[in-house]
Amino acid sequence: MDKQRFFFEHYGLTENDLERYLSAALSAGGDYADLYFEYLSSTSLMVDESMVKSASQGISAGCGVRVVSGERTGYAYTDDLSADRILYAARTAALIARAPAKATVAGFQKAAARSLYPVTLPSVDAEISAKVELVMRGDKAARAYDPRIQEVRASYADELRNILVVGSDGTFAEDSQPLARMNVSCIAKTEGNSARGSSGGGGRVALDFFFGEKTPEFFAKESARQAILQLDAREAPAGEMEVVLGPGWPGVLLHEAVGHGLEADFNRKKTSAFAGLIGKRVASEKCTVVDNGTMPWRRGSLNVDDEGEPTQETVLIENGILKGYLSDKLSSRLMGISDTGNGRRESYEHIPMPRMTNTYMLAGQDDPGDIIRSVKRGIYAVNFGGGQVDITNGKFVFSASEAYMIEDGQITAPIKGATLIGNGPDVLTRVSMVGNDLKLDEGVGTCGKDGQAVPVGVGIPTLKIDRLTVGGTARKDPGGFMQ
Amino acid sequence: MSSTQLETQKPKIETDLREIAQDIVGRVVAGGATAAECVVREGDEFSTLVRMGQVETLKESGSKSIGVRVFFGQRAASTYSSDFSRAGLDRMVKSALELAKITSEDPFGGIPEASQLGALSGDLDLYHEDVYSLPGADRIDYARRAEKAALDFDPRIKNSEGGSFDAATGHKVLANSHGFVGEYRRSYCSVAAVPIAQTEAGAMQRDYWYSVARTLSKLDAPEKVGKIAAERTLRRLGARKAKTARVPVVFDPMVSTSILEHIFEGVNGDSVYRGASFLAGKLGQKIAGDNVNIIDDGTIVGGFGTSPFDGEGVPTRRTVVVENGVLKSYLLNTYTAKKLGLQTTGNASRGLAGTPGIGPGTYFLQPSAKTAKELIGGINEGLYVTEFLGQGVNLVTGDYSRGASGLWISGGEFAYPVEEITVAGNLKELFFNISEIANDLEFRGSVAAPTIRVDGLTVGGE
Repeated sequence: MDKQRFFFEHYGLTENDLERYLSAALSAGGDYADLYFEYLSSTSLMVDESMVKSASQGISAGCGVRVVSGERTGYAYTDDLSADRILYAARTAALIARAPAKATVAGFQKAAARSLYPVTLPSVDAEISAKVELVMRGDKAARAYDPRIQEVRASYADELRNILVVGSDGTFAEDSQPLARMNVSCIAKTEGNSARGSSGGGGRVALDFFFGEKTPEFFAKESARQAILQLDAREAPAGEMEVVLGPGWPGVLLHEAVGHGLEADFNRKKTSAFAGLIGKRVASEKCTVVDNGTMPWRRGSLNVDDEGEPTQETVLIENGILKGYLSDKLSSRLMGISDTGNGRRESYEHIPMPRMTNTYMLAGQDDPGDIIRSVKRGIYAVNFGGGQVDITNGKFVFSASEAYMIEDGQITAPIKGATLIGNGPDVLTRVSMVGNDLKLDEGVGTCGKDGQAVPVGVGIPTLKIDRLTVGGTARKDPGGFMQ
Repeated sequence: MSSTQLETQKPKIETDLREIAQDIVGRVVAGGATAAECVVREGDEFSTLVRMGQVETLKESGSKSIGVRVFFGQRAASTYSSDFSRAGLDRMVKSALELAKITSEDPFGGIPEASQLGALSGDLDLYHEDVYSLPGADRIDYARRAEKAALDFDPRIKNSEGGSFDAATGHKVLANSHGFVGEYRRSYCSVAAVPIAQTEAGAMQRDYWYSVARTLSKLDAPEKVGKIAAERTLRRLGARKAKTARVPVVFDPMVSTSILEHIFEGVNGDSVYRGASFLAGKLGQKIAGDNVNIIDDGTIVGGFGTSPFDGEGVPTRRTVVVENGVLKSYLLNTYTAKKLGLQTTGNASRGLAGTPGIGPGTYFLQPSAKTAKELIGGINEGLYVTEFLGQGVNLVTGDYSRGASGLWISGGEFAYPVEEITVAGNLKELFFNISEIANDLEFRGSVAAPTIRVDGLTVGGE
């Protein structure tokens, strides 16, 4: 993908203008300033009760100006891209610094072109009728799966984000970032009982992805299967036990347990339970965990991050030893570590910070069947809702939406959804088996931090954790007591 | 910091948002729409974070956006834009008219009847310019004072995620094709502190406290906020796991609101008509114990959930949701009311795009007579929850399983902090098992509840 020149063509911006705005941003001094231009167009559709009940389209555009002075950040934005508005935002952000004006660099160095999501026609510009077909097919397939499926909602959403990032250090990066996602959720009902299922996926893909690779029928059947299965789920156990995680989306474990705790800002401020653990053992030697923003077509991937830095593959944990943090420009400068290209933001209204991209554990040697057979009594969790972490004390949760009992090495009954809770810095030390079946999620993850949402990916091979607390309700449980 | 006042002159906004909204409605109607509704939102925000005594971030900006929803008979579509230029608005109107061609005829679609529209009269006390009246340096000082009070409170508080001061104002205009046009402004300011305490062994805990108000004059002193934040953080130090057990669980007011939110989601008309709620079909039935009374009130003067009209231009009202444990009303917008053969309760919430959702007014659980201390004093062994982690709630089945931390109760008193535990049960039983409600109701947001005791839940730990 060559330079899109989007903002130059649509708003008549020139490099001269950009230098003028950056000079205004550094008019009161400061170490660094940058401008983030964003033009986001999006579409969404939803079918409910077999009717296309809602369809919407929209445009959101603006520019955020950041000025960094030491550890201080000044920020202002405008949704009006006229020169006087951007200059006003630049002068507002400049108030963070208290020194004589600083000269900005002359000339920008353009980031090397990269093409992780080379769509020819962005889905947001594709025919709406094809998108209507997708949601209608999703609805139909879910209803056809089983007569007990009685409520279906199929949705489709896509966007195209054009960005331009320029910095006083010469940073100059443009990117055009497509993102599409489809989702089918349904409710199965029987006399006196109901259950829900949900499945979705996508990525930085064109519309044809949903007509070939992952069809509406694929998501619909998976959603319906989960709902029907849950009708017969029994109570989940409570207390500490062996837990086997299936491959793919259960990788949300890594995201919560270690990913957030390794974001550089928390470690710079020493507010993370992982602070000071570089070089120390934080996982069993079977565990190698990476964050990789360079995977083609993936939801969490980016050609450049939201500070204009190319993304990369970063080893976080290698054979159980903590290797590094995920960093943005500010933390890399203040901590003297390299910028890993993880500076991300939700939109032009937001200050960038270190965030994950696609976070996963490399495949190990164990056969997934052997992993199940090794468990005397525990649970096998294959689908999850979301999770959360308290990075300071390291405690994290993730909530299983599809799980089974394992009894004497056999998968037995499905159990109701239960929250799993553990301690980030030591949960991976209890990983005793790592499957050879690494899988990434289908492309549904959205991560929230400080109120900012960004798309991410996760993945794991089948994993066995020797001890984790399961939050069920079942009365009889070995080891625990009941009043 | 010597001076952080804005020295630059903000460019003036000339346009009248009411005129823009009415104009857009007129244009889509002229384009063939049989009904339409336009919303314009404008807002300003200021935030500052001070960490370890130093300003870390300073953010100040404003923005506006517009959205239109059109109907062609019973087909609906919506579009939005942040671009108010002629070309930007033209594109928004054109694509709304085109998009409505591809949606389905929905017999229940449409905007409210003209007779349902209106706005509460009188001053609702929602907007105070004073949230922006502090000079820049004083705003930063609010944040600094809150953090300092926490750091100075105890030597074990050695670190901090900072003190903050935020202010925001919002202006909303709604117009529709029945000729309704209404607008209101709301303001908000808050001060918060997030200290981190550390044991000698190095284990860290963080907690927080905040004060929020519509006017600076009602905001708590930063020192008070910092001190409470420090106390809440210190009491978590040295937390351990608890044994798996079925014991009484007491919900701190900061988390008892979550129980109320689950009931809100359960009576939300959207999940009711789909049968996606464990409370669907329960109107007029007991869903909780006799002691449970829940009110939704969008009309309280100065309230956090107050507005003169809802997201569809229907006046807000007071709705008794649960009375003596009996479900008296769902919370509805126009669409879900029609689906259920009922009347809207004025709870439509509207973003820029899509169909209106359902949102609370000021929504609260009525308090009883006991103090929280008395309530805790009556428990031999139990858990006092101060924080939940994760979601873990299935509203279709009522299954409930959440990560938690808090304090262990022994002999009617707090014994030691606990963490890395779960609290699980089913919401259908949980509401009946709210065995006690304290008297400490305080409005700190649009959803509020006093301390409550719930029996029959499973605490998962070791």
